Amino acid sequence: MDIPHTVEARPDTGLYNAKVGIWLFLASEVMLFGALFSSYILLRVGAEAWPHGLLSVPIGTFNTVVLITSSITVVLAWASLKLGDLSRFKLYQGCTVLLALTFVAVKSFEYRDKFTHYYVRLQDGTELNGHLAGNPLNWTAANLADTNRVGASITFHPDAAGGEGEGAHGGHAEPIELTAANVAKLESWGPWRSTYLAIYFTLTGLHALHVIGGALVIAYLWGPGSRMWRSDPERFTNRVEVCGLFWHFVDLVWIFLFPVLYLL
Amino acid sequence: MSEHHAHEIRQATRKYIYVFLALLLGTVITVVAAYVPFGSRSLNVAVALLIASAKAFLVAGFFMHLISEKKLIYGLLGATGFFFAGLMFLIVWSNADQFLSIFR
Amino acid sequence: MTATTHPGSTATAHAAGGHAPHAGPTGFLWKYVFSTDHKVIGIQYGLTALVFLLLGYGLMALMRWQLAYPGQPIPVFGELLLRALGPDMADRGIMTPDLYNSFGAMHGTIMVFLAVVPLAFGAFGNYVVPLQIGAPDMAFPKINMASYWCYFAGGVVMLVSFFIPGGAAKSGWTSYSPLATVADLAHRFDGQTFWLMGMVLLITSSLLGSVNFIATIIQLRAKGMGWLRLPFFVWAQFVTAFLLLLAFPPLEAAGIMQLMDNLLGTSFFLPTGLVVSGRPLDVSGGGSPLLWQHLFWFLGHPEVYVLILPAMGIVAEVLANNTRKPLFGYKSLVYSALAIGFLSFIVWAHHMYLTGMGTKISTFFQTTTMMISIPSVIILTALFISLWGGSIRFNTPMLFALAFLPMFGIGGLTGLPLGFSATDIQLHDTYYVIGHFHYVVAPGTIFALFAGIYYWFPKATGRMMNEYWGRVHFVLSFIFMNLVFLPMFVQGLEGMSRRRDDGGATYAAGEGVYGLSLALKLNVGISHAAWLLGVAQVPFMINLFWSLWRGPKVVSDNPWQATTLEWATPTPPPHGNFTHRPVVYRGPYDYSLPGSPTDYAPQNLPA
Ligand code: HEM
Ligand SMILES: [Cu+2]
Repeated sequence: MDIPHTVEARPDTGLYNAKVGIWLFLASEVMLFGALFSSYILLRVGAEAWPHGLLSVPIGTFNTVVLITSSITVVLAWASLKLGDLSRFKLYQGCTVLLALTFVAVKSFEYRDKFTHYYVRLQDGTELNGHLAGNPLNWTAANLADTNRVGASITFHPDAAGGEGEGAHGGHAEPIELTAANVAKLESWGPWRSTYLAIYFTLTGLHALHVIGGALVIAYLWGPGSRMWRSDPERFTNRVEVCGLFWHFVDLVWIFLFPVLYLL
Repeated sequence: MSEHHAHEIRQATRKYIYVFLALLLGTVITVVAAYVPFGSRSLNVAVALLIASAKAFLVAGFFMHLISEKKLIYGLLGATGFFFAGLMFLIVWSNADQFLSIFR
Repeated sequence: MTATTHPGSTATAHAAGGHAPHAGPTGFLWKYVFSTDHKVIGIQYGLTALVFLLLGYGLMALMRWQLAYPGQPIPVFGELLLRALGPDMADRGIMTPDLYNSFGAMHGTIMVFLAVVPLAFGAFGNYVVPLQIGAPDMAFPKINMASYWCYFAGGVVMLVSFFIPGGAAKSGWTSYSPLATVADLAHRFDGQTFWLMGMVLLITSSLLGSVNFIATIIQLRAKGMGWLRLPFFVWAQFVTAFLLLLAFPPLEAAGIMQLMDNLLGTSFFLPTGLVVSGRPLDVSGGGSPLLWQHLFWFLGHPEVYVLILPAMGIVAEVLANNTRKPLFGYKSLVYSALAIGFLSFIVWAHHMYLTGMGTKISTFFQTTTMMISIPSVIILTALFISLWGGSIRFNTPMLFALAFLPMFGIGGLTGLPLGFSATDIQLHDTYYVIGHFHYVVAPGTIFALFAGIYYWFPKATGRMMNEYWGRVHFVLSFIFMNLVFLPMFVQGLEGMSRRRDDGGATYAAGEGVYGLSLALKLNVGISHAAWLLGVAQVPFMINLFWSLWRGPKVVSDNPWQATTLEWATPTPPPHGNFTHRPVVYRGPYDYSLPGSPTDYAPQNLPA
């Protein structure tokens, strides 16, 4: 016996199997991101100070627009299939994949920015934030001791006064030479720097994984998967719908992440 | 594919475009509202979350067709929403002593 | 199968409108290893889970030596432990405190996540649910396979963690932060990291499984199988699946955060100013240890219903079948199961009364906890009343099912004092707690699982298990289970703490400590009972495998004269399960209908 309702809807529920499946999955995703949002709130109310303005709002806005646009191309791709137009579908869905790639590229650029921004505490107790000459990625004090790599010292350009990221323009303080001897602690602005950065990296990292996963499925349905259109068009359309639902959910999560992490 | 059906889809497509434009507008409002001082940070937070919820409603309602879904899915999402709310609210409540400092 | 091999009969089958069973996959690998058939997956789950059950027991059997005879080398096994894990763990064959902690944490983890849930949900759910609702398979067979293999991988990760430097996780099955993060600072990839990676795999497995179960029950019910005609077992699995679906993701989130604390040095759960071994920990701080507890128990409490609901389902099936009468209050059973499912999401912080949450919120959780005991009591009462006036068949499945009732009763009732925030102050983290929840999961759930194995074995294999040895297994298990767990209440009331590698001896020797003398003596007795409990499983193991090859063949597809649909399939059911699409005409428990020629009316018997 074949499994019923893989394509045609079951009369009493009005749904085909995969649609029930994806909504169940999304329900569990709501709880996953919901738990992280709850953690965000708890960490924030418990924090002594919550940093603001660490992230670039124009870049975040750009990425928001990218994701919203990808949502409309997904839904238009599905509508094209409903109208029996495979080539339009391919056009729209191709755009979706490109937009997804853009999003991930921009995101990794933002990540890189954090891993090349440094906090340093000197032996005399001075604490500074800034950049290292040549923008090396994710250094620690251990890299300074490793003389084979850069010689004995590296130039550090402190950010302008005004503190953590807020208004990073204006007169820069004098550059300093960092050596293994005068540095007590050196770390980039990775998730270890503060609970804000920790939850930022976790939320956006998990979200980015969803974007990548969704993009892979969409790319598959755009490429080799689309052969099903000829053998079983209805089932193919269903697949596109189901993966579209996932994609919109990912978009929806970002709609909350953007203000929560970039603006507030 | 009946003519009637095709017509419906085309109508829906137009709706999707409007929703898309509304979402873009919502994004702009979110950003602008973040820079308008409403007097207290909590107020700014509330406004931002309100706008985000409106945008989420548009995505879920129209792109995900939740405006006209089957009862079963409403039931599922209703339960999920309830448990999510319970999780968030009760965790926050149990740390209520930190509340005075909320959203500094 | 015969229909397809004979060309003539194939034609007639089609002419008659019957569905010839699908030719299943061929080749050993695809048929038995990477199978997508729910029955094969069910059995894979079952066998793997039984191995883990034995392992979880084995860890405890070793720990019980240390509790009874602290500081003495373990006979025979001590030498093995020394060879396998080295002198850091088992110096001269003595269980070190570290090893005790590892084994304790892994006993809990293995029992809950790798043995009982996979057996109750993965094995019985997979095998029986599609059959009982009249479906050819699960809604998503490939996802079902993926679910098993994620579980398998998670199990392997947990097993490997015993042998890495520093040993397996040591911070209890609850893995409270910050202890879990700082327990083994010497190793970057420590046992806790493995535990978390294993858990992420197990959670993924559960999510895949629960999506599948719910979709299957909603979408694939046979014609006529309305919601209130579902066997109670299916309802129990349905609610269980929802618990797993919605309660596990927060733990997954917490697991990811703790993994980041361990590997990347974040401070999600590490408070400011944390000092470890006299030195301040070099982290940003600002995290919340209570956050971990919230997210853990948000899963942890529903998880106990994941452990018990399928067991109740099995017991309900076996009771109805062997009392030969309908279950008492089928509808109240169903609604109670739903109420339990719902309420179990809002009681979790009764595990956290001692964290200083404040009295208002304690009162809230105390109230919901008392509320959830109501549907549990309704279920137990309905099952008890179902016995009333039945002409009971005392076969092995029934004996285990009957024993479940008082055992679960003890487990449940001893939970009430723990649910009140005032009495919990005294009882928290004592052996009273250990006694309480083991009565639920060991003589409770495990007895139900045994009942299920004896009950469905003939369907799955086509052979009966041996009745005599089944009874021996039952009587011995019943005696030793109680000898193990009943004294623990006494120990707990005397004030003996859990998670003590010397069973409280050092504490008892302290100045001004009175009591505990009885508790220490009881430790010895409990340990012997626990080892004998293991011996009592030998008849079962032999019976299981011997019956597989030598047991008497079943003479009918329905050897217990049962009513539910799984017995309407050929034995064992072929790929695709049913020879015809079944149609359901009646409720699940039409036993002893007045005026009917037999004392049972199967669900597919036209009314
Ligand atoms: C059948 C034989 C079993 C015996 C003799 C046994 C015995 C014990 C004992 C003595 C402890 C306390 C250890 C300590 O605090 O130092 C314990 C802990 C525990 N057991 Fe069992 N148990 C058995 C079965 C099970 C089963 C079937 C489950 C679950 C389904 C289970 C779950 C747990 C859990 C979660 C803990 C807590 C571990 C921790 O402290 O983190 N046990 N067990
Ligand atoms: Cu609980």
